[in-house]
Amino acid sequence: MQQQDLSFVRTELEPARPAPAGDRGFVRWLRVNLFATPLDSVLTVIGLLVVAFTIPPILRWAFIDAVWSGADRTVCATIAQGGIQPDGWSGACWAFVNAKFEQFMYGRYTYSERWRVNLTAIIFIGLLVPLLVPRVPHKFLNAVAFFIVFPIVAFILLVGGWFGLDYVATSLWGGMLVTMVLSFVGISVSLPLGILLALGRRSRLPVVKMLCVAFIETVRGVPLVTVLFMASVMLPLFLPAGMTFDRFLRALVGVALFASAYMAEVVRGGLQAIPKGQYEGADSLGLSYWQSMGLIVLPQALKLVIPGIVNTFIGLFKDTSLVYIIGMFDLLGIVRQNFADANWASAQTPMSGLIFAGFVFWIFCFGMSRYSIYMERRLDTGHRR
Amino acid sequence: MASPTSVHDREPARASWFYDPQIRGIIFQVLVAIVLVLVVYWIIGNTTENLRRANISSGFGFLNRRSGFDISQTLIEYSANSTFGRAIMVGLVNTILVAVIGIVTATIIGFIVGVGRLSRNWLIAKICTVYVEVFRNIPPLLVIFFWYLGVLAVLPGARESVDLPFGTYLNNRGFYMPMPVWGEGAWLVPVALVIALAMSFFVARKAHQRQMATGQRFPVLWTSLALIVGLPLIALAAMGFPLTFDMPEQGAFNLVGGFAVKPEFLSLYLALSFYTASFIAEIVRAGILGVSKGQTEAAHALGIRPGPTLRLVVIPQAMRIVIPPLTSQYLNLTKNSSLAVFIGYPDLVQTGQTTMNQTGQAIEVVAIWMLIYLGLSLSTSAFMNWFNAKMALVER
Repeated sequence: MQQQDLSFVRTELEPARPAPAGDRGFVRWLRVNLFATPLDSVLTVIGLLVVAFTIPPILRWAFIDAVWSGADRTVCATIAQGGIQPDGWSGACWAFVNAKFEQFMYGRYTYSERWRVNLTAIIFIGLLVPLLVPRVPHKFLNAVAFFIVFPIVAFILLVGGWFGLDYVATSLWGGMLVTMVLSFVGISVSLPLGILLALGRRSRLPVVKMLCVAFIETVRGVPLVTVLFMASVMLPLFLPAGMTFDRFLRALVGVALFASAYMAEVVRGGLQAIPKGQYEGADSLGLSYWQSMGLIVLPQALKLVIPGIVNTFIGLFKDTSLVYIIGMFDLLGIVRQNFADANWASAQTPMSGLIFAGFVFWIFCFGMSRYSIYMERRLDTGHRR
Repeated sequence: MASPTSVHDREPARASWFYDPQIRGIIFQVLVAIVLVLVVYWIIGNTTENLRRANISSGFGFLNRRSGFDISQTLIEYSANSTFGRAIMVGLVNTILVAVIGIVTATIIGFIVGVGRLSRNWLIAKICTVYVEVFRNIPPLLVIFFWYLGVLAVLPGARESVDLPFGTYLNNRGFYMPMPVWGEGAWLVPVALVIALAMSFFVARKAHQRQMATGQRFPVLWTSLALIVGLPLIALAAMGFPLTFDMPEQGAFNLVGGFAVKPEFLSLYLALSFYTASFIAEIVRAGILGVSKGQTEAAHALGIRPGPTLRLVVIPQAMRIVIPPLTSQYLNLTKNSSLAVFIGYPDLVQTGQTTMNQTGQAIEVVAIWMLIYLGLSLSTSAFMNWFNAKMALVER
């Protein structure tokens, strides 16, 4: 009998078969992300319904049916309302924003002097951008220019009265200009003041500690509106007769003091998170209190609380809209004020103006929060577990 | 060579008292105290001088004078003949009303959106993310104006009210809904409700004891629901349904009857709820993410199903992370309710401002505001601290 030795050994790998049709590509993505379980499917259907019922009308309103330019309210009103649009029309009135854009930016700032605001804005951006981009060198000089030289230049440019520039009263300021000035001053005052308050709250000197705690807790316990009222109504009472404060300055004081109390609590959180060894190490090196705080503790503490600090900045930026209550017109205030303009009053005007203002606020706040996430990652030195 | 005795002979090295940190501290504090006293003295001097010149007598006597202004929404009895003190009380009640309802709504929306952001469902997670990122980054005042000026003010007038289900109407004067009118014998219904609540509490306790002893479970939730809904219904039926509804109806100029929610309240309430909910959502998300994955995996390894895992393992631990920031959001909502003054909802600040304008008693009114808001803040945080201590991890 002949022995047969037939064995088959595959020498080449068979090409891998593709995954089943239901388990790859878009179908798989759908199954995993949208229809994993029956409940998921129900949720997806609900979500799709929500999207279908909100997004198309919004897009239609904001873009397709919107009016982009026009001279007065007639372009944004239906025939029944005394305009030119067909009955039942509903669309954004961007023509209103377009026509009032200058006012939204400058308020009632003297028309011929608006180049000064533009110049300030250009210097601001020119100094801010290199400060924010980590690769650009000379950070120290840049910071000095931004926080010390720029405010002086901006003050001279915006207020005027020197070097042949006409004086522009702050009561004429408005719109984005007021929002930006309030936020810039508020931010650059509240951070150092907040750090001082936080240090004071952790101080071993009972009088200093008590004062700081009283200030922080009082301000944090009351709404900004009452602080602004206090700044506008009570400050004049506290000062000797004849000594008056500019209303804008009062708003600035109110906003900055309010934000500094919140900042103090954020910074305190950072100070408490620093291990005791760091404080003791600094002491054992013979550093004085300010040296050990400035060189050892604060750099670590502030790095820890960057998200909190930026959140406070964002809160302050949003809170500037409240100065409307004491008769200042920031961006939101001036948009609100322009609803009363009979030339533009229509059913669509308020919504359009508010969405424009909301969009501007949103861009700034969203930008700040994204930058803080970026900075947090960059400064993370990997001590976290 | 120096003799060793000379070292001992020398006075111990002492720095000047000027460099002693303790003495420095004392001197510094004394200086601060002196400056503070001087500033306060200066301010008081100026203030009394200014008040004297403006002919304003300080003191809280004005609270007992007739106010002479009307308030659009009053939960407690008030008329123009009431006192300024009463007006401020009305404002306080309105503030508390909008704050409490707002907190409840914001918490519900916030928890749903926060859990939704973590959903495995891509679409739901994206919708929730968009919601959070939109509302977190715009000022609350803008949201209030959005509802007040953008949505409610441009609704049709009373004659063309928008018909909504259940006999409710919406027009630019507010939201109208049927108001229940209780008839004879309706007292039995709340009594039945109280009994039902007590019974469900008892059932829950018994069920818990039985589960601890025997491991057998009892459907507590359904039993309680049946009790709480059923007993009042039975009571209602027993008394022959002593309940009628006052339906809003089209009058000559406005809707008549029913219960009207003013647009000011509605926009403030909606805006505060939506705005704060976006922050609460982030807090809830952070809380759930803060519970380590090992906990979920251990629960699954023990054979606990996903639902009970979330309810019994993840959420109790997440609550510990969530409660402190949640407290500060509740306080923020309460403080943000002062934005009512921008749209004329008669809250504490708005009635106070009217009082201030009519009497000129700025210092007193601001002091009242500060005291009340501080009191609200401190009592809320005291309650939440108590709750937090109750929920806190009990360690050895």
